[in-house]
Amino acid sequence: MQAKVYVTPKAGVLDPAGKATERGLHALGFEEVHDVRLGRYITMEVDGDPVEVTARLDDMCRQLLANGVIEDYRFELGESGSL
Amino acid sequence: MKCGVVSFPGSLDDADTVYALNHVLGVEGVPLWHKQRNLGEVDWILLPGGFSYGDYLRAGALARFAPVMDSVVEFAANGGLVMGLCNGFQILCEAGLLPGALVRNQSLLFVCDEVSIRVERSDTPFTNLCETGERLRLPIKHHDGCFVADESTLRRLEDNGQVLVRYVDADGETTAAANPNGSLNNIAGIVNEAGNVFGMMPHAEHACEDLLGGADGAKFFRSIETWLTKGGRA
Repeated sequence: MQAKVYVTPKAGVLDPAGKATERGLHALGFEEVHDVRLGRYITMEVDGDPVEVTARLDDMCRQLLANGVIEDYRFELGESGSL
Repeated sequence: MKCGVVSFPGSLDDADTVYALNHVLGVEGVPLWHKQRNLGEVDWILLPGGFSYGDYLRAGALARFAPVMDSVVEFAANGGLVMGLCNGFQILCEAGLLPGALVRNQSLLFVCDEVSIRVERSDTPFTNLCETGERLRLPIKHHDGCFVADESTLRRLEDNGQVLVRYVDADGETTAAANPNGSLNNIAGIVNEAGNVFGMMPHAEHACEDLLGGADGAKFFRSIETWLTKGGRA
């Protein structure tokens, strides 16, 4: 099955890249934009049954894909090609 | 005295560190390859700067999976002295040997400069030849040097006296202007709770002889040597 993992800066952690992007959007006239946060988006194919894969994905996020000091994560699971 | 200097794929400052140790400091620098598990007979370990594994995912995140890191973690757990400079500091944080994390500089710019740092404690293995409050000049060159930690971790670091060096101005004050990367509380370097693992963004190894613009960095290396020679006393 396919997994999509979203890693984002924790609330309260300064995100200078998000701030710079926000300034860029403002410069282009999109003044309604605020609180831009930049994260990371990871896709992968994972074999196994969904319950087990969910637990394993959680481990992957905690051990490597996200740094719990500065980042939050969430993920979605679906059939290959369905997400 | 032997110092093991770890080379990861993408390490940049390993050879400079070995040069400084061998030719300036009179310490034998022993290159350690990332794939080796046996550290051999080394008295302390240095993780050098660079962009290990391309800094993919996060700076320092992948280096901690190198076989040599299992041995470094064990060496530290047994009380061995480990110093990480720049990327080495990032690796120590990612490996969980030091608290907190190093994120993109607040300016978003790669900073290559000379900075002033203030030594907060002189009763440690890494700073015993410095005076408390002494100001040192060291070079920096990094993109991800902004030290962050959650509120309780930061408070614990401060309360325990784990902050060893801070960015300061010419008067020794921790001003915002003197902070090159946005680090919380102007933190430039910290030790673990046990006091045997030290990480710092500024490059001590690039400031060991006057020919290179200053020798303040040598104080850290000589402090370690002094500490170990005396059998671990300040």
